[in-house]
Amino acid sequence: MSKEQKAPSVRAIPDPLINPESKRWWDAAGEQRLLIGACRDCGKHHFYPRALCPHCMSDRTDWIQAGGAGVIYSYSVMRRGAPAPYAIAYVTLDEGVTVLTNLVDCDFDALAIGQRVRVVFRPSAGGAQVPVFTPA
Amino acid sequence: MSIRGKAYIVGAFEHPTRLAPDKSVAQLHAESARGALMDAGLSKDDVDGYFCAGDAPGLGPLSMVDYLGLNVRHIDSTDVGGSSYIAHVAHAAQAIAAGHCNVALITLAGRPRSEGSSGTQPRPTSANVPDAAFEFPYGLATANGYAMCAMRHMHEFGTTAEQLAWIKVAASHHAQHNPHAMLRDLVSVEDVLASPVIADPLHRLDCCVVSDGGGALVVTRPEIARSLNRPHVRLIGAGESPKGQRGGDVDLTWSGARFSGAAAFEEAGVTPADIRYASVYDSFTITVLIQLEDLGFCAKGEGGRFVADGNLISGVGRLAFNTDGGGLCNNHPANRGGITKVIEAVRQLRGEAHPAVQVPDCALAVATGIGGQLGTRHGAATVILERE
Repeated sequence: MSKEQKAPSVRAIPDPLINPESKRWWDAAGEQRLLIGACRDCGKHHFYPRALCPHCMSDRTDWIQAGGAGVIYSYSVMRRGAPAPYAIAYVTLDEGVTVLTNLVDCDFDALAIGQRVRVVFRPSAGGAQVPVFTPA
Repeated sequence: MSIRGKAYIVGAFEHPTRLAPDKSVAQLHAESARGALMDAGLSKDDVDGYFCAGDAPGLGPLSMVDYLGLNVRHIDSTDVGGSSYIAHVAHAAQAIAAGHCNVALITLAGRPRSEGSSGTQPRPTSANVPDAAFEFPYGLATANGYAMCAMRHMHEFGTTAEQLAWIKVAASHHAQHNPHAMLRDLVSVEDVLASPVIADPLHRLDCCVVSDGGGALVVTRPEIARSLNRPHVRLIGAGESPKGQRGGDVDLTWSGARFSGAAAFEEAGVTPADIRYASVYDSFTITVLIQLEDLGFCAKGEGGRFVADGNLISGVGRLAFNTDGGGLCNNHPANRGGITKVIEAVRQLRGEAHPAVQVPDCALAVATGIGGQLGTRHGAATVILERE
């Protein structure tokens, strides 16, 4: 167990991989805002946000701020192969889209599908603000 | 145009190695190719079509055609991960039916075991991959993506860890007869549940092996197949279907096999009730369960009950699966299990499986696979094969 005691208790978040299309999402995250895609033509939300709507291919997409609340759709705690256990999850936002994320600041053994969560922001290794979720 | 009956698998070879620190990836491709051509009774100079996927080094078919010294007039490097080679069988049949080639060679090889690959580590990606911008920081590896599918399936349908474990138990029953299998020990449901949790709810024994190795297939037109001294295994149906996150409408309980399977069965004119042997890509136990449901062997949500109590063990259950031991026990070369699925189906149809696991008078078989990541974006491919 000594090896586990020396290991960090919280996984370090890698820096995001950002391209010209996704930069605005990360710029918003830097202001602690979570963006999702919304289409002016078909009216549907989408995630991840992108220049052309994945539902109707309209180029009239907006990147709107989500309320930041949702429920756990599914999750898994990685118990092996990482310096510290971490929880990956899909969270279904109240706006209807489901996003891949991490669950933090929680008892990994008490997580449950359907649990209410809210977005929080945690710094990556290089200081980017990364949206993750925690029990509401 | 249907590919039904337009092409036959006349060569199938699984490289016997599971650890190849002293061989190159191209060499393993070539050794697999030679094995499949020898199995068919054909030579390199007969090959005029070549198929490979992302495991092939360099510029895929350009590097490999040159390395192998082939003189081909048709190439295809469709890459949908581990199910690519199942799709390649169908693509080869399409090319043959269209007159673009007569003898198609499909190869796979890789050395993930020697190179230290692990399903607990995120795969390399780049900023140009559109999803990476929104996913990379979260640590999606192979194991935890599939684990989320299992977690959701359990939540919606009451599937249990014990039921998933039965899939591994069945694979181990088959692997004990395969001298090349990495894991030949029989395991019990209790053994699976006692193995360490890798990513909730999947245990170590819910995960496939990491092995070096390779495999190859030779597909040809009916006239050539009938001129060769091998049993006649013909393709009668095929389907393929990619599935992703659908703009945020994520549903982890079903796979593209829902569509690839339906298309393949429709083209073949048979139903799951006609099938006694199935090769089902088993990257993880949950991968098998979801595909069996999606192919129609049982209703959605009934997979746990279907696989329990030895129902996938040859000679015991309703549906023999992966009688070579599958990826769970035998081999998962290049971290891509599609080609070994087709190879074991061919063995079954030829009557060349190990006698302890051979399905009596096996005349129909399905081989199906999921490539990529079941939890995010994957490609399903299904073929139905018949002994003529």
